[in-house]
Amino acid sequence: MMTVFSPAGSIRRRLVVILLVVAAVLAGLLFVSVRTVANTAVETTQDAILGAATVAIAEELRGGEDGLTIDIPYAAFSMLGATGQDRVFYRILVGAETVTGYADLPLPDAPLSGLKPTFFSQQYDGDVVRTGAVSRSVLVDGRSQIVTVLVAQTRTAQDAISRQMANQAATLGLGFFAFAAILSIFTARSVLTPLNRLAEAMGRRGPQDLRPVDRAVPTELAPLMQALNGFIARLRGALTRTETFITEAAHHVRTPLATVRVQAEIAMRQTDDDALRATLRNIIRAVDDSARSAGQLLDHATVVYRADQRADELVALGPLVLDVVDSFSPTADMRDIALRVDAPDEVIALQFDRLLIESALRNLIDNAVKYSYADSIVDVQLSTDGTFAKLQVLDRGRGIGDGNSVQLVARFKRGENVGDVVGSGLGLTIVRDVTRAIGGSFDIKERQGGGTCAILLLPLA
Amino acid sequence: MRFLLVEDNHDLGQSVQTRLSLDGHAVDWAVSLGDAEDHLATASYDLILLDIMLPDGDGRDFLASHRRAKRDTPVIVMTARSAVADRVALLDTGADDYVTKPFDFTELEARVRAVLRRRGGAAQTALTYADLTFDPLAATVTIDGQVRELRNRELRLFEVLVAAPDRIFSKGQLCDRLLSAAEAVTDNAIEVYVGRLRKKLEGSRAKIETVRGVGYRLTET
Amino acid sequence: MRHIIIAAGLTLWASIAGAYEIEEEAVFEGGEAELSILSTTDTEVFAPLIAAFQASNPGVTLRYTVATSQQVFAALQEDAAFDLAISSAMDLQLKLANDGFAVPHASTETAALPDWARWRDQLFAFSQEPVVIIASKAAFDGKPPRTRAELIDVLRDDPARFVGRIGTYDPMISGAGYLFATQDARQSDTSWRLAEVVGGLNPKLFTTSGSMISEVQSGELALAYNVLGSYASQRLSGGDAVMIEALDFTHVLLRTALIPRTAERADLGATFLDFLLSAEGQQLVENETGMPRINEAALAAGPHLRPIRLDPGLLVFMDPLMRQQFLNEWTAAVVQD
Repeated sequence: MMTVFSPAGSIRRRLVVILLVVAAVLAGLLFVSVRTVANTAVETTQDAILGAATVAIAEELRGGEDGLTIDIPYAAFSMLGATGQDRVFYRILVGAETVTGYADLPLPDAPLSGLKPTFFSQQYDGDVVRTGAVSRSVLVDGRSQIVTVLVAQTRTAQDAISRQMANQAATLGLGFFAFAAILSIFTARSVLTPLNRLAEAMGRRGPQDLRPVDRAVPTELAPLMQALNGFIARLRGALTRTETFITEAAHHVRTPLATVRVQAEIAMRQTDDDALRATLRNIIRAVDDSARSAGQLLDHATVVYRADQRADELVALGPLVLDVVDSFSPTADMRDIALRVDAPDEVIALQFDRLLIESALRNLIDNAVKYSYADSIVDVQLSTDGTFAKLQVLDRGRGIGDGNSVQLVARFKRGENVGDVVGSGLGLTIVRDVTRAIGGSFDIKERQGGGTCAILLLPLA
Repeated sequence: MRFLLVEDNHDLGQSVQTRLSLDGHAVDWAVSLGDAEDHLATASYDLILLDIMLPDGDGRDFLASHRRAKRDTPVIVMTARSAVADRVALLDTGADDYVTKPFDFTELEARVRAVLRRRGGAAQTALTYADLTFDPLAATVTIDGQVRELRNRELRLFEVLVAAPDRIFSKGQLCDRLLSAAEAVTDNAIEVYVGRLRKKLEGSRAKIETVRGVGYRLTET
Repeated sequence: MRHIIIAAGLTLWASIAGAYEIEEEAVFEGGEAELSILSTTDTEVFAPLIAAFQASNPGVTLRYTVATSQQVFAALQEDAAFDLAISSAMDLQLKLANDGFAVPHASTETAALPDWARWRDQLFAFSQEPVVIIASKAAFDGKPPRTRAELIDVLRDDPARFVGRIGTYDPMISGAGYLFATQDARQSDTSWRLAEVVGGLNPKLFTTSGSMISEVQSGELALAYNVLGSYASQRLSGGDAVMIEALDFTHVLLRTALIPRTAERADLGATFLDFLLSAEGQQLVENETGMPRINEAALAAGPHLRPIRLDPGLLVFMDPLMRQQFLNEWTAAVVQD
């Protein structure tokens, strides 16, 4: 019987999972990096505007005889509204003294230096604000004073843009992931295609096909192919050796047996001594018996092997029956036994191993001819009911006696009334095994009016 | 008939040759394929008996080249292999029939006859005795223009008798020719077939005479 | 203090609470819940809106308090408890919102507003009003000026005719006046030239649009500059006074509302706000009060119309130092003692 493997995991699933994990990680990285870059870009842009506003105010600060003149350009604040609707706070200090604006707006931790604005974020009035700060020295009342300008803005617009960016980055990431997922499934399928093709090709092989596999396979499958071909070669070698051995053995056994038989026949021709003739006849029968047993044992082994590894084909039953009957007709003729075939014109076809059906048929007809009396008729009848083909082999021989049909088909069991007919008892076992393999039934029973009736029911193709 | 026997085993070859000669056939015996080719080049045969395993090659290759060369001498293969698969393969190669070693000579003879009949026309022709014509291939005797068909065993019995008219054959001898050596029958079984053949020959001058205590012979009255 | 006609069910009750001053307070009786609105818009102008609101919200008693825009600003900075603050002074309103005195509100009505008509979900405009010139046709020989440049020319040609007969807001007292003056100043240099020319004509300064319109109608004034059009259009039909939208530019004021952080019934404030912004409310605003509703198409149709933008730029002139400087310069130009 075929061994059924329980697979341990699936390469395809594993591949898909790994690819998906990689895709998920990449999508995550993509999301994070797009967000980071976008946030940095947004913050830089916002800072640039904030810085421009801060610098614009600082540049309008003028010293003079009567103190500091402040002229906040309208545009300086107006431009802060360009990117969104954020709250704006400002504070202008001379030295440490606040001259105008929001006196509690926090100062930067580190002292300011240079003409470029410094930016920092902190909490103010319940919101996180981004502050731009710049300081410069101005001559006030003839004294050089450090003037500091702070402009702060809430980050609502920036957060909104960031959120939008995050959404887009997420969409991008998800899109990437979805795309990668589809791609990974296709990849897994395409990667496994050579393997599947190889498996298919191996599965399609017939029982006799022991050629090496010479498919073009990817590099990664080469070791498997080598191992497979090595195995096939070893199997072929073993089978060839076995075949050679059997052939040699058969030859070496059968040739001397043949010699013995011929010489026994010659001896029979040359004597009229009844006792001697009887002895010679026994020798001949013993020779036939052993040769036949050996043959049937081989046939039975073939049937068992091929029932597992069938080479199924469409077999037309009619021609096959005629062919087999034809090959038996000289044997039947010898004893004036007529072989009569009754088959319909229609094609009765089976889907099965032709050799196995032929084996079963041969054994049935062989039995019928063997157990028939001289001058009798063996009928082979073929018919069909649309589902099954019915094959009957009827003889007027000695019948199956008291033995029931179940016992009769057991291996090496022979009917109790076989008497002096040469046989090994394996014939019906072969018929039974073939019928089982095809899913049909086999029955053998006493024929009305004497003789045996063997009935084979075989499912149609 | 003239046979070419191709068999490398000395004992078996000699036995088969002897056995066939007993039935009145001429047998040339080749021990290798080369030998067989030599024989075929110089003589013509009614039938070739071919062994498969030969020292200088495979009988199947010989068979294939024999068929390729369009030589139509029938070939019966003697094989030591008996598996179903081998039998099918053999017939596919172009053998007319085969016998599995060890084989029964009666069966071999039946197969030879079937092959020749299938080939339709061998060297053997109809022969006449007394006032009847005997056609062994068609299995008929014609008496007074009246054709009578003979059954297999009647045919072979007549064949034996007509080959040596007036010679007395014992029941045992006739049994050997008619029945398989493995068949368990007493020599008296021959009486049935003698009886039947006598009926078929009724009206002819050819008669089967019983020589009491010895056997039978064919005579002309 | 002005006298107003009080409808049945209304009680007039004036008071001075805290440091801010109110002009009048009217209570429109409804139910248990009380909605309190602080507004710069006169009660009788708003009365139809209030009536319609109470018709659909019968359980609400509405306390309507009128104050100047400066006082509205002051009240909220002192955290006086009102549920809705309505003002024509956009800069003051924006300053309140910017400095955290307003609470956010979002609804389908606010979402329907164009971007330029709201700020940060805190400040919402419900009407757009051109800032116009009212001129006496007679004073200009039937040919009133169409641009500021034309006006300057006319005033220069015959100054004697206009001495003491030009009126405008006093930016030191009026919040709206300050907003118009600063917006003028930032918009073009022509404004400063006009200010100087007007300054030479001994102009009259006012605190309300209403009084300026009245004086043009009575012939005391030849021209009133920077007047709220919505007030003007109602009264002018047929008279000598005409309303002019200057073709060089005409500011459009947005009347805005916000919900103060001190609101006790912010939900009712929001309900009233949504009502103002709803299709029904906007229809009433335009038809019953004469204030044009928020209408983007109308702005697009008039290329001279410049809506004052609700953006942080408005904060600039809210700076005390900036205010002081501006008023100094303005006084120097206009008052010319």
